[in-house]
Amino acid sequence: MLGLNKKDLKLLLIVAVLAILAPFILNPFPEDSAMAQFNAGYPDLMQRFVIFGIFAIGFNILFGLTGYLSFGHAAFLGVGSYAAIWMMKLLTMNVIPAIMLSVLFAGLFSLIVGWISLRRSGIYFAILTLAFAQMSYSLAYSVLTPITGGETGLQPKVTDPRILDGTLPQGETARANIFGLEMNSSYDLIVGGWLFTFNVGYYIAAIAMLASFYVAIRIFRSPFGTMLRAVKSNQTRMYYTGLNAKPYTLAAFVISGMYAGLAGGLLVAMDTQAGAERMFWTASGEVVLMTILGGAGTLIGPVLGAGLIKYMENILSKINKDILHQWFAFLPDGLEDFIITIVYPFIGKGWHLTLGLIFMGVVIFLPGGLVEGGQRIARLFRGKKAKESDSDKSTQSTPAE
Amino acid sequence: MGILEVKNVNKRFGGLQALGDVNLSVEEGSVHAIIGPNGAGKSTLLNCLIGKLIPDTGSVMFDGQSVLGRKPYEINQMGISRVFQTPEIFGDLTVLENMMIPIFAKRDGAFRMHAIESTERESGIIEQAEQMLESLNMADQRHNHSASMSRGNKRRLEIGMCLAQNPRLLLLDEPTAGMARADTNNTIDLLKQISDDRDITIAIIEHDMHVVFSLANRITVLAQGTPLVEDTPDKIKGHPKVREAYLGESA
Repeated sequence: MLGLNKKDLKLLLIVAVLAILAPFILNPFPEDSAMAQFNAGYPDLMQRFVIFGIFAIGFNILFGLTGYLSFGHAAFLGVGSYAAIWMMKLLTMNVIPAIMLSVLFAGLFSLIVGWISLRRSGIYFAILTLAFAQMSYSLAYSVLTPITGGETGLQPKVTDPRILDGTLPQGETARANIFGLEMNSSYDLIVGGWLFTFNVGYYIAAIAMLASFYVAIRIFRSPFGTMLRAVKSNQTRMYYTGLNAKPYTLAAFVISGMYAGLAGGLLVAMDTQAGAERMFWTASGEVVLMTILGGAGTLIGPVLGAGLIKYMENILSKINKDILHQWFAFLPDGLEDFIITIVYPFIGKGWHLTLGLIFMGVVIFLPGGLVEGGQRIARLFRGKKAKESDSDKSTQSTPAE
Repeated sequence: MGILEVKNVNKRFGGLQALGDVNLSVEEGSVHAIIGPNGAGKSTLLNCLIGKLIPDTGSVMFDGQSVLGRKPYEINQMGISRVFQTPEIFGDLTVLENMMIPIFAKRDGAFRMHAIESTERESGIIEQAEQMLESLNMADQRHNHSASMSRGNKRRLEIGMCLAQNPRLLLLDEPTAGMARADTNNTIDLLKQISDDRDITIAIIEHDMHVVFSLANRITVLAQGTPLVEDTPDKIKGHPKVREAYLGESA
């Protein structure tokens, strides 16, 4: 079905089910319980999960398949955001044309950057992309202020032309919508102590993520995808086999740039503002971390990596000293203070430290990322099961699933 | 007229005359070996044939067309395939995928954006690749990662990948360098079988005389950047000039 084999279709369906049920899955704790702060099922964070998932899926098409490490992909995200907001200012607050334009602009920009940067490979390529991104960031902050809004960034204003929407009624502000349905409108479902929020914006972003994921699977399984892996594996052999590696790599670069543009457009659709900090080099580094953490070159890895990093950034960073005191209140005073002193650097503003440790652990012990970790656990279980069923054949006891 | 015509090729690296007035004609259907002591200019000559180096003067014509100034992939698309001294294969890919890539290149040219099709459904390509692996006795390894194979098998795969494109000229650069005796003999047998079964021209650069005399039906001896003699293997064996070039004047 859908041109996929059984295994890939199963993966796509699992991701689809998880995305649809995310408001339930990410809110496992009742609202008034002490664990409620670990709930991630609020619209803003769920949107970030899927949008940065898209960003990482696209980055993985370049980095995971061809091995070219770009350190400037946030520039395409930023260009996508600016394109989307201009569409909202000039044409309509409907997000569809905004998102389409952001993909187009990011694609064009990545064509230029890629065409120049791909003259070099390895570290030089990474430095060139980094230089382009930092250049875009600085330009957006300074010279290009009329287009980018400089330090203040861009937001839709009441006075914007918005040709298709017409003038707003008195006192109304412009809100992003899809054919009249507002992106920030939600439906709250309260079951017992639990609160589940179904947000329009999240589901739009989730649909975009599923489409992106589907396209990525098709690219991975296509002859084009095989050629991209050939680029990573041995360019000499490729050239002497009658293949020109350059257009293949450039195509991968532009595709991943368009994914970044889509993510940038969606960020604006969810929260109608854009600023230059979105293009800063740390944002480019973050998508590299997401991809490596999840598993570069795997299908689902980048989405997992994006999820983990965004979860830590938003949840772990919110834990403060008071919360720690609540947790460890049962301990004798001296011990309580001692443990809190030890744990404190790893939470709150120190979440980067925890992330760094996790990242080091993954790179050293699981070079294939979280996906490899999952595979090892699965193999462990399967291995155990096989052994048990071998040894227990006489008793015919079935191990618990 | 041979299928490959090298005329008056000169190549200088600074003060070193690497190639001086090289004239060479490779007949269609022959197995032509180019031998010579270290530093004779064999590799430089080869690099001029496949577009890696451009000679200072002279011409290199393949089937009536100049190869000079063309990119390696264009030269391959003209019908010249190259086997490297250390096997160049796609180590991260499976053996079957390795074999499919040259067939794709032959069908689709240097670049085609076939991102919508599924590799699994390219039944024509898969069938051709499997046939090729079958004829190399490697069918049982098709799902293995090619990097994990032995040196001999990597060489076998690389030659197979070249043959899968039905090239008119196969260039081999010391195909048995660094191989165990058994692997060397296997490679010789494979190349013999190829030149017997196929309508193909083979040009081979080699150090190992055992390999040269078991395969070639024409030999050019290169010394200090110039061809010394060109003849049949039998005549080359006893040629005084060749002995001199290899063993020094006192011999």
